[in-house]
Amino acid sequence: MERFIRLVGRDLRLAQRHGFDSLLVVVFFVIAVVLFPFGVGPEPNILARIAAGIIWVAALLASMLSLERLLQADFDDGSLELLVLSPVTLEIIVLAKVIAHWLTTGLPLIVAAPLLAVLLNMNAEGFGVLVLALFLGTPTLSLIGAVGAGLILGSRRGGVLLSLLVLPLYIPVLIFGVGAVDAAIGGFAFKAQIMILGGLFLGTLALCPWATAAAIRQALE
Amino acid sequence: MHRFANPKRFMDLSRALLPWTAGISVVLIAAGLYLALFVSPTDYQQGQSVRMMYVHVPSAWMSLFCYTFMAVAAAVALIWKHPLADLAAKSAAPIGTCFTFLALVTGSLWGKPMWGAWWVWDARLTSVLILFFLYLGYMALINAFDDPTRGFRAASILVLVGFINVPIIKFSVEWWHTLHQPASVIKMGGPAIHPSMLAPLLLMAVGYTTYFLWVLMVRMRTEILAGKIRAARLRQVRAPVKG
Repeated sequence: MERFIRLVGRDLRLAQRHGFDSLLVVVFFVIAVVLFPFGVGPEPNILARIAAGIIWVAALLASMLSLERLLQADFDDGSLELLVLSPVTLEIIVLAKVIAHWLTTGLPLIVAAPLLAVLLNMNAEGFGVLVLALFLGTPTLSLIGAVGAGLILGSRRGGVLLSLLVLPLYIPVLIFGVGAVDAAIGGFAFKAQIMILGGLFLGTLALCPWATAAAIRQALE
Repeated sequence: MHRFANPKRFMDLSRALLPWTAGISVVLIAAGLYLALFVSPTDYQQGQSVRMMYVHVPSAWMSLFCYTFMAVAAAVALIWKHPLADLAAKSAAPIGTCFTFLALVTGSLWGKPMWGAWWVWDARLTSVLILFFLYLGYMALINAFDDPTRGFRAASILVLVGFINVPIIKFSVEWWHTLHQPASVIKMGGPAIHPSMLAPLLLMAVGYTTYFLWVLMVRMRTEILAGKIRAARLRQVRAPVKG
């Protein structure tokens, strides 16, 4: 457990020393969302209608863009190999890295999301649910993304490939994330969607570290 | 199963089976198409366009069958390091992609007259589209490494991760209220479809399956022979120059 916390701390320190790098994800998120009013026009009603979808899609893309950093840097400088050799189970190491990744990318997105929702004129009933759904959804994205990040280690053109592998698997999170917010805005019950998001999170929490560890092992063999 | 691990034995067996699978698939698909297009009755609601079913439904079945086949092959390859299983999964991928594409296109053509739209975003259609992307991702990943065995292993893990989509596709029409109709052939209490329509449908399905086996064996044989050629070339390069 102590090693686990130290591992999370190490990744957080690395992210902090890289400074602006982890902020870039949030900047991308904001810019991607801000593009939409230019694309579909500044009509408040239209923007309010599609706000949840825009924010979720942008969060999805932002989370995906940061995945390459999750394992690639450690793979390149060889520290991943040392981590695999360490006495801690590889699945636990993966979990620690995913938590650090979520703290540096997922959490800032959640903080920025309500602000963007205001910019997009989203109905106030949706705010709380949006944050709640993002809280359940973004760790799921990091977990699924870790599998993709593990699979592309050492491949050619990793980044583009990663999007092809990961985005199809992101779709369920997107569907239920947007569904929950839309239901809340429409005044319907949103408990079911939130519970499915929670189920997706727990399911990926159980399975993805395992698949990622398998991917890392075959990459280092 | 290890009896078939030997590529030599596979080459012998597949050479013997090739003409049979080719012949059976051609005969079955021809018979199925004849029954489907000329003999089977028109639907009292859908008219002639019901005949689209005989192409659409078997290819949708095959899209799931191919992926399941790939997942089993990938699991065998990961667990027992079976070289033929890797080749089988790799060779099945383009065939499955084609069947999925066929199912999407014929479904779209069928949907326009029936539903009034080329495409609707309901659970069945969306999950099949995801399956199509999973196939593309698999093929991209397997070719993304300089070392082919790494590509095989990474892609095998991807197939197993993506397998979660297969039961979702199968049951999507029961879990969600969709425009796509629920299963009417494989269900509790027997098929809810008249024998005059069921016969060509099953003929087409079996015909597609033998076609899959036929093309799969051709592709696997090609892969094995390509590997042999590569090995022979390498030997030639490494051989000491006489002179």
